[in-house]
Amino acid sequence: MKNNHKPRAKIDLSANTGGIKSPNPFWLASAPPTNSGAQIMRAFEYGWGGAVWKTLGQDPPVVNVTSRYGAMDFGGQKIAGFNNIELITDRPLAVNLKEIYEVKKRFPKNAVIASLMVPCERQAWHDITKKVIDAGSDGIELNFGCPHGMSERGMGAAVGQVPEYVKMVTEFVKEASSIPVLVKLTPNVADVRFPARAAKAGGADGVSLINTINSIMGVDVETMVPKFSVGGKISHGGYCGPAVKPIALNMISQIATDPETRGLPISGIGGISNWSDAVEFMLLGSSSVQLCTAVMHHGFRIVEDLNAGLSGWMRRKGFTKLDDFIGKTAPNIVDWKHLNLHHKTVASIDKNKCIGCDVCYVACNDTTHQCIAIDTKKKNRKPHVVQDDCVGCNLCSLVCPVDGCITMTPVETGLKPLTWEELTKNGMKGYGEVYRRH
Amino acid sequence: MARRPPNSVWRDNFAELKKPLAREEARVEASRCLYCYDAPCVKACPTHIDIPRFIRQIAAADPLGSGATILEANALGHSCARVCPVEVLCEGDCVYHDWHDKPIHIARLQRYATDAVHASDELPFEPGADTGKRVAVVGAGPAGAACAVYLRRLGHAVTIFEKRKLPGGLNTSGVAEYKMNAKTSLEELRMLFRLGCSVKTGTTVDGALAAKLMRDFDAVFLGVGLARARGLGIPGEGLPGVMDSLSFIERVKAHDRSLPGSSAATVVIGGGNTAVDAATQSRRTGASTVVLAYRRAAEDMSAYDFEVALARTDGAEVLLNAAPKRILGRKKVEGVEFARTKTVKGKLVEEKKTFIVPCDRVITAIGQSKNRALPEFFGAALNDDGTIKVDAKTLRTSHAKVFAGGDMVNGGKEVVNASADGKRAAWGIHQTFIPGADPDEDSAYWVSTIDGRVVAPIVPRAEDVHEK
Ligand SMILES: Cc1cc2nc3c(=O)[nH]c(=O)nc-3n(C[C@H](O)[C@H](O)[C@H](O)COP(=O)(O)OP(=O)(O)OC[C@H]3O[C@@H](n4cnc5c(N)ncnc54)[C@H](O)[C@@H]3O)c2cc1C
Ligand SMILES: Cc1cc2nc3c(=O)[nH]c(=O)nc-3n(C[C@H](O)[C@H](O)[C@H](O)COP(=O)(O)O)c2cc1C
Ligand code: SF4
Ligand code: SF4
Ligand code: SF4
Repeated sequence: MKNNHKPRAKIDLSANTGGIKSPNPFWLASAPPTNSGAQIMRAFEYGWGGAVWKTLGQDPPVVNVTSRYGAMDFGGQKIAGFNNIELITDRPLAVNLKEIYEVKKRFPKNAVIASLMVPCERQAWHDITKKVIDAGSDGIELNFGCPHGMSERGMGAAVGQVPEYVKMVTEFVKEASSIPVLVKLTPNVADVRFPARAAKAGGADGVSLINTINSIMGVDVETMVPKFSVGGKISHGGYCGPAVKPIALNMISQIATDPETRGLPISGIGGISNWSDAVEFMLLGSSSVQLCTAVMHHGFRIVEDLNAGLSGWMRRKGFTKLDDFIGKTAPNIVDWKHLNLHHKTVASIDKNKCIGCDVCYVACNDTTHQCIAIDTKKKNRKPHVVQDDCVGCNLCSLVCPVDGCITMTPVETGLKPLTWEELTKNGMKGYGEVYRRH
Repeated sequence: MARRPPNSVWRDNFAELKKPLAREEARVEASRCLYCYDAPCVKACPTHIDIPRFIRQIAAADPLGSGATILEANALGHSCARVCPVEVLCEGDCVYHDWHDKPIHIARLQRYATDAVHASDELPFEPGADTGKRVAVVGAGPAGAACAVYLRRLGHAVTIFEKRKLPGGLNTSGVAEYKMNAKTSLEELRMLFRLGCSVKTGTTVDGALAAKLMRDFDAVFLGVGLARARGLGIPGEGLPGVMDSLSFIERVKAHDRSLPGSSAATVVIGGGNTAVDAATQSRRTGASTVVLAYRRAAEDMSAYDFEVALARTDGAEVLLNAAPKRILGRKKVEGVEFARTKTVKGKLVEEKKTFIVPCDRVITAIGQSKNRALPEFFGAALNDDGTIKVDAKTLRTSHAKVFAGGDMVNGGKEVVNASADGKRAAWGIHQTFIPGADPDEDSAYWVSTIDGRVVAPIVPRAEDVHEK
């Protein structure tokens, strides 16, 4: 018998963000999963590529409150969004440094990144930078993002929200550092490009984002106290988990496409739950990704399917290393004024798949463009799209519960591409009315 | 000599077949509902409960609001959640059947919500302002009870006359114990009757009382159901050990341990749901063997497939094409003689040769006869088949003041049909009191559920809304 076996392509998952190298792009974000050396070693055994140590600070360590997390469930699913009011590590610096040393000794190939936060004084930053380098860290991440507690003390987001401080502190650390320095950005700003530019100007080797978003998890309507509280009171916390992913993706693509920061290495964070979420972050420009909530929900073991999913996808797509696709989709993110006004797409319903729930019908007719009809002459309740009136908004296909039942089909208009920028330049002439305007 | 079954047999076999949903289970199941627009399940429910809405209220952690949605449309929603044959009603039409999964457990969710209402011990509605009108309701079964509730909501005074000691009709005395016990039915009524219904149990309405009711009340609702079980009309029917299914089931439901022959070999005769219930419950109360004998073929059985399947799982044997000729025995039942049958050109033909199934007990379940006398006391005309003539929209009989609903009108359906009829008739009666009346704020919603809410169709702008 002839041997038809074709050797499988070798997939190289090794990652490099601003000089911090790891066997794969999956890092544990700085958070409770990276509280201690013992945890991180267990995580590395499972296959995590790197770990950003739970943020270190000056001694004496902070004290936390009890009752720390809140979550939002959605549609029967637990933890669509997650919120915390924890501060940085509450363990003495010396203990953490000793454990960094031990982890590096046992796992020399995995990346250990020390997350740091001390008051805005040059000496303080110099001191801690030297200590973590001596302990054997592969890189440093500056926590300019913690939105609660630490920011009230002039640290974390209080720094990250002021580009001048971002630049200044980055410079302090770079002066003392022989290893790569990433700046972790806060999303609690009007435009994330400004702090990113400041980090670059300060000499950062890369940025990581997003940290958590200011949030209040809700109010218990029975007791009328905040949904999660410390004896009835709560301060705003930091929001993360699946719900924040689109916000993170936007901020990453803003930095990846900003002419001033284009090419700045990015470690992507925010709402990553599985390998395909990670691929999305990488396609928009992240060279590594960090996870927190998904790990807190399911444990370290998820890295096994992250690695398997990523390599399987790369094999299917014919990629052999991460650089083959990092940033590939970023050029597709453009300003609205560059979108083609002559592109036309309409909905069509596959009658064989349709189950007649009429959810598309009510959505379209009550809230968008009144172009889905139910044939009253027919017995079954399966609707159809009056395509002449369809504006291609997608709503029906988004609400339809049946996979692949409503497809948005491109329609050839025969018109040359036209953008808003061109249309306005042209005195608003030349638009081909590709959908019916009433 | 038949032994009494051990206590454990009774206890275990009276357990509910469908368990209540825990809070988390209810939330997860509720989240599965697609919240269909103009949903087919709502159309399939005879009382047109807004199912997607009540399910969404459960998903949104508002079980009491959900219960209100249910009880508005179906006063007997608490028991319907347990006794409805949902496979042929709401759940049978759920769009999930066309998709990839089991239908939504509508009835179990319904129970979750109405259980919450019962736990709160507070009805979600109040009696209407006194109108000065008085209505007599004859029969406290599902039809009468529902009619009374909606009449009270409209502000009419209601007096219910019930032959038996306990109200609820077959909902209390007939429905299989593993679906719902009598206590649940009675608790439901106790709560509903707090709306201010006066209930006179142990009061049979005869000719004389009928005449008095016609004089003393402004309208009458008849909801007396069907009459007692029909006899077989074959020799040996009088032997000890022969009983009719309804008496048997009623005694089972009363947990009557003196029920004779509980461990006996039993033959049940009939092919409807009642026969199947009797077979199942015989097994569950300790009958050593149960043979369910039916005259015709399997496809002719009026019992639901899922009920027959349950009887089979419980160990009942189904004997088809067997017509009972004689019940044998000297002092008591010893067996039944059957003739084989077959259907020739749509006609049932009996073969000459007979065979005998030995047994110690025979339960007959070949249907209930109609109660012809009572309607006549009230001057209401009957159809040929013995059901009472009514106007479909209002359920008014041939007598302007007399209305009717439930089994006596439809010939024997389900509790939910009786409940729907009671609601319809209440509005029909109201219309005779105040012709052309519009429902007030408190009644607008339930009145809209009589025929099902008609949502104004939205017509897309393009002329051609029909497919080419
Ligand atoms: C064995 C059996 C099992 C069933 N199981 C189910 C089930 O699982 N699910 C389901 O949905 N349906 C079931 N049904 C059907 C359901 O019980 C009936 O459709 C429903 O009870 C009909 O309600 P009703 O009010 O019309 O009549 P009934 O329930 O028969 O109530 C009539 C009432 O009128 C009273 N009455 C009669 N004559 C007089 C008089 N002259 N004066 C005063 N009162 C009088 C009777 O005592 C009775 O209380 C079952 C029926 C049977 C027989
Ligand atoms: C409980 C908790 C504690 C955190 N502590 C820190 C911290 O000490 N330093 C830091 O830079 N980020 C901290 N974060 C933010 C995470 O590192 C990460 O940026 C954020 O959770 C978004 O990722 P995710 O959506 O995968 O959770 C914390 C997050 C959580 C949930
Ligand atoms: S939402 Fe989808 S399944 Fe439902 S009616 Fe519309 S096309 Fe059919
Ligand atoms: S009353 Fe019965 S048929 Fe109607 S929704 Fe409830 S369980 Fe279904
Ligand atoms: S048909 Fe099924 S999915 Fe649709 S509303 Fe009814 S129960 Fe929900």
